Amino acid sequence: MLYRESGQFKTSYRADQAIFPIRQDRIALMVLLAVVFILVPFVADEYWLGSILTPLLVLSLAAIGLNILTGYAGQLSLGTAGFMAVGAFAAYNLNLRVPELPLIVDFLLAGVFAALVGMVFGLPSLRIKGFYLAVATLAAQFFIEWVFTHVGWFTNYSSSGVISAPPMVIMGVTVDSAVEKYLLTLVMVAVLALAAKNMVRSRIGRSWMAVRDKDVSAEVIGIPLLATKLSAFGISSFYCGVAGALWTYCYLGTVEPAAFDLSRSFQVLFMIIIGGVGSILGSFLGAGFIVLLPILLNNIAAMIGHGTLQADTMANLEHIIFGGLIIFFLIVEPHGLARLWQIAKEKLRLWPFPY
Amino acid sequence: MSVSEKQIGDVILRCDNISLSFGGVRALTNISIDVREHEILAIIGPNGAGKSSMLNVINGVYHPQEGSVTYQGQTRRAMKPHETARHGIARTFQNIALFKGMSVLDNIMTGRYTKMKRNFLWQALYVGPNLKEEIEHREVCERVIDFLQIENIRKTPVGRLPYGLQKRVELGRALAAEPQLLLLDEPMAGMNVEEKEDMCRFILDVNDEFGTTIVLIEHDMGVVMDISDRVAVLDYGKKIADGSPAEVRANQDVIDAYLGVAH
Repeated sequence: MLYRESGQFKTSYRADQAIFPIRQDRIALMVLLAVVFILVPFVADEYWLGSILTPLLVLSLAAIGLNILTGYAGQLSLGTAGFMAVGAFAAYNLNLRVPELPLIVDFLLAGVFAALVGMVFGLPSLRIKGFYLAVATLAAQFFIEWVFTHVGWFTNYSSSGVISAPPMVIMGVTVDSAVEKYLLTLVMVAVLALAAKNMVRSRIGRSWMAVRDKDVSAEVIGIPLLATKLSAFGISSFYCGVAGALWTYCYLGTVEPAAFDLSRSFQVLFMIIIGGVGSILGSFLGAGFIVLLPILLNNIAAMIGHGTLQADTMANLEHIIFGGLIIFFLIVEPHGLARLWQIAKEKLRLWPFPY
Repeated sequence: MSVSEKQIGDVILRCDNISLSFGGVRALTNISIDVREHEILAIIGPNGAGKSSMLNVINGVYHPQEGSVTYQGQTRRAMKPHETARHGIARTFQNIALFKGMSVLDNIMTGRYTKMKRNFLWQALYVGPNLKEEIEHREVCERVIDFLQIENIRKTPVGRLPYGLQKRVELGRALAAEPQLLLLDEPMAGMNVEEKEDMCRFILDVNDEFGTTIVLIEHDMGVVMDISDRVAVLDYGKKIADGSPAEVRANQDVIDAYLGVAH
């Protein structure tokens, strides 16, 4: 009854092409933005901001990156964490070696470096597809990790291999509290998510989807395959690179290759599979699911299981339930949470008077 | 407008002595075909005669071992499909090759790919020049949607549409590119009589209203004889006849190819 577009007429293509053509959606978005930008920094404590929301946002950004490549352009990749590492180390080295550059520029350039590396590892995509491409990108993951572990220049010859990230100063303001780091991450993620949404509904996004759905007819329409696939690799890796830089600066506070191992790549891949392949919203939902659900389970377990079960049994039980829920959601809706959300919205249009 | 009143112009596409083989299999042998401006040329022949291969040679999917293709005064042996698209050749496929995950409108908008110019940074910003461009091209696509009478399904994902409509959307995607030369590979395969009649009407209207030159492959002889200005017949990779529908119908080689020869 509340969620219905009746009476909202579109009289121009401009209105029809809006991201949220329905007024209720726009209001909901405004409320959501107000909550995350204004309410959350006041209400949430240091633990929530620093240990849950900030990494959640950063991983959402990485998931958007992977979604561009895998969800929109159809190129399966297991190198996400590798490209994040490139971004992290590029930001660190830019900060160290060219201190004149503002930090935001460092972050964006880190993305550009990641994009270049991503395009190099995207070259095989012209010849190989699917699982075979996944294996080729796996090579990127291992190679990049190896380089950052073994080539001392990148870590500035630090003996431990774990460097603490330098303090962040943006336009004279030192960003060091959890709130400030959260807000910085939030702004970056919001802007880049909007840019991603804009790209996927424009020419370049259509060319990615065309290559994903039917590469032969895409080429016949005039879409050059290699350039399109490389653009997907580049832009995807840009997002991963910025996410990597934010991961070290805003979340971990340290620069280390171990933070970007293969399991991180898988984590981001699971996010887009559960959230929705080929959906920007799904990237956020998937990241939320993977990050928040274990915490929720943990809290529930602590509440009801305290004293009745041993701690390690409890931990295993959490994993079992987590895995079971993943399987449950994939069976209910193989296209992910974003699709569930879409179905819910379609149902809601008729609720409570379906005909 | 009857066929005789139509202004058929000069040759715009000339295929000279095209030979194409895959390993030991000769798909095409020494085929020469001319396509004249504004005409509807049908290529017919039994299964495996090389009709689809011929279309694939014209738009650059296959590269012939011998012979040349002259289009718009440019002679070439091999060109990439995305380059021929830029030069105004569009096509549809025998098996529907739509982008299944996209809506009808997005499929048709993708057909405008070569006409759109803004780079990805503008697209990331969306507002301003990119929005203007999107709307301009949306208008063109809406004209195509209007022409093909598919307004009611423009937001539907193509995977959900019935076969006949999918064929129509594929034609729409090709038309959105405003091609000079349109290649249709069995546009009426698997359709019922009514759908075939609709499709014939669309093809004739495209030819009539936009002056688009059309090369089509079709198995339905009734359709071929009705709508084409000229018919070329292939058999076992060789051209056995080329002429008006009436001439081809009377040609003994064609009758033999289709009905067989008594031994």
